[in-house]
Amino acid sequence: MTPTNPSSNRPIGHVGDGHASSNRPIGHVGDGGVFPDRPIGRVSTSRDLLLTGVTWYEPDGTPRRGDLALREGLVTEVGTVEDTEGLERLDADGLTALPGFVDLHTHLRQPGREDAETVASGSRAAAAGGYTAVLAMANTTPVTDTAEAAEHIVELGLACGLVDVVPIGAVTKGLAGTELAELGLMHRSRARVRVFSDDGHCVSDGRVMRRALEYLRAVDGVISQHSQDPALAGPQACCHEGELSGRLGLPGWPPVAEASIIARDAMLAEHTGGRVHVAHVTTAEGLDVVRWAKARGIRMTAEVTPHHLALGTDLLTGYDPVYKVNPPLRPAEDREALAEGLLDGTIDAVATDHAPHARHDKEHAFVDAAFGMLGLETAFAVVHDLLVAPGRMSMSDLARVMSLNPARIAGLTGHGRPLRPGEPANLVLVDPAASVTVDRDASASLSRNSPWHGRSLTGAVHTTILRGETTAREGEPAPC
Amino acid sequence: MRHLLSSADLGRDDVRALLATAAEMHEVQRRDVKKLPTLRGRTVINLFFEDSTRTRSSFEIAGKWMSADTINITGKGSSTSKGESLRDTVMTIDAMSVDCVVIRHMASGAAHQVAQWVDASVVNAGDGTHEHPTQALLDAYTMEARLGDLEGRRVAIVGDLTHSRVFRSNAITLRTLGAEVTLVAPPTLMPSGIASWARADGLTLADDLDAVLADGPDAVMMLRVQRERMSGGFFPTPREYTVGYGLTRERLRALTSANPDAVICHPGPMNRGLEISADAADAASSLVLDQVSAGVAVRMAVLYHLLAGEEVTA
Repeated sequence: MTPTNPSSNRPIGHVGDGHASSNRPIGHVGDGGVFPDRPIGRVSTSRDLLLTGVTWYEPDGTPRRGDLALREGLVTEVGTVEDTEGLERLDADGLTALPGFVDLHTHLRQPGREDAETVASGSRAAAAGGYTAVLAMANTTPVTDTAEAAEHIVELGLACGLVDVVPIGAVTKGLAGTELAELGLMHRSRARVRVFSDDGHCVSDGRVMRRALEYLRAVDGVISQHSQDPALAGPQACCHEGELSGRLGLPGWPPVAEASIIARDAMLAEHTGGRVHVAHVTTAEGLDVVRWAKARGIRMTAEVTPHHLALGTDLLTGYDPVYKVNPPLRPAEDREALAEGLLDGTIDAVATDHAPHARHDKEHAFVDAAFGMLGLETAFAVVHDLLVAPGRMSMSDLARVMSLNPARIAGLTGHGRPLRPGEPANLVLVDPAASVTVDRDASASLSRNSPWHGRSLTGAVHTTILRGETTAREGEPAPC
Repeated sequence: MRHLLSSADLGRDDVRALLATAAEMHEVQRRDVKKLPTLRGRTVINLFFEDSTRTRSSFEIAGKWMSADTINITGKGSSTSKGESLRDTVMTIDAMSVDCVVIRHMASGAAHQVAQWVDASVVNAGDGTHEHPTQALLDAYTMEARLGDLEGRRVAIVGDLTHSRVFRSNAITLRTLGAEVTLVAPPTLMPSGIASWARADGLTLADDLDAVLADGPDAVMMLRVQRERMSGGFFPTPREYTVGYGLTRERLRALTSANPDAVICHPGPMNRGLEISADAADAASSLVLDQVSAGVAVRMAVLYHLLAGEEVTA
């Protein structure tokens, strides 16, 4: 299973054809075994770029300003560019270049619910949001619980080509929580799956979780756990348990249902030596357990979503299902604890939990409506507006939690890299001064369930570049 | 008043006006010919997604006695199972240019959501475990008929508060009218966040029903214990519930001796022998049938205020 270098003109959309059972990685290796590290296929016509007057950050956080040359999908020069021959100039004065964002938690709905989102539409939304890689959750129909299903996701991603679509494999067959899915085969497949999750469901059976962690040690896989004890927060639980859930008569989702699973998983990770990633941590209690686990040296990482940082339980007062999400929106004390946890490094990453839903799945009574909200296009602006603009977080720390750390957690070696000569040209240009009013109808997603609609946010994604190719410009994603 | 979705929509003057209109309607109810022409040409849809006998029939009678065209639509189960969204269902009805939708739904907030979508006036006839504002109005009406103005009166609400929309609306309306409200329930049937809620709304919490009764409240409202709660682990056995929180014969005696004028309410249907003994249900101080009778008058008043197109004064 030694990866081979591809010829640079190989059409990526066709690489896998007729080789579904082979071990050969799709496209090429260099990034988790799947993605090209040179522009190939449709990218072969891409123009080499000169970004002028751009600000970027050294790995130690030192800001720099100057020009960046991108050639053949790589960063070739930084600071002063001597030879500008053949470079298309992009005036980036006032813009900041960051490594392209990596989303550890995206729902793309394909296969199964192509009316809500497809890999293509989700890729466009990701590009518009500054992402160069997204990890696609396994809860599609059918579930991504086999090598073939995972390879199919990769192929759909490559066919669009706007973002590296990395499949997450299910931990258990059909997300049923009882029998292990083909973890090893998914990992050995050309999809090179390293992150596994039953997201939407908690791997609540301790024995199953233990076995999965033990088994994955062999491939250094990580389990992204949806921490929700179903006995304490059942499928109907949809409102943070507290005074508001009491008044509204909505089934409560108590913080202990999250924290107790995180605590159990931390102990299982310690016992097995496995790796647990806590998906969407939402409570101060859960965060405290993560902090404890990290201090103890347990291999645990955690993510937080923009909506759990910025939106509060009180939004449920009007019973608008656009605010229905699992885990639910939490009160101000939890949100402040999450922000602190992100700033002090207890939380490693911001992940979107982008969850598109067809309109008719949201227009039910609150308890019957689908859980989830859009997030890919707004994540940067929300985090920037909430933490960077007020001076609580530096832009380079934003890059750490939205690119470097998620790339490291997912094992994506071509993403989250410093902007240095020889590195892949996976980057995003952001405009920290722009103020944007979110318009759900302008979304590249096929769905419209954005809780940010009508809100004005400071900070906008200007241009996204994947291996030298511009995948979004001035917020507009390229066609697939 | 465009909709009646929550008891919190009604200020003190609104409640007073509605209760005064209800009293006039109650007079009409005592006539041989009960029909008023008030809502002639108006259409009221009773959209009931959940089983109900007394609420649906009292809305239906209320509409008919005021000459509205009243149509009942009942649907079992949530519309999700039919592949149609709740919005689809109500928009279909709204497209028929109805004037008022009276909705009962097993999901909390359904009436609020429907009110966002339709042009018609919406009356919440019970939404999940959230609210049941016309029940609170008829309870207030019934209690005032016996006790007079509820200002300063002491009312105990006893039982499954967590799952009770009757409690939620009553707590609001009773406070609006200036009554003192004490809540009694086992800790597992107290709603989430009740401590801060009670502080904010001026409600008193108690867990010893005997102590509350010995204090001689003016009214005791017993809530129904739903069958499904009995197996839900909220309390060990029905017998234990009755011993702790039932209005037994002994407790009825204790209440009467502490306050001979105290009245007993129950929104029905009653679990005789569980939360309320037959002695208490059938006592002279029981208002259970008065509540049903007031239900029609109060719902006439609500429809009148929503649809007759003018502010009503007493």
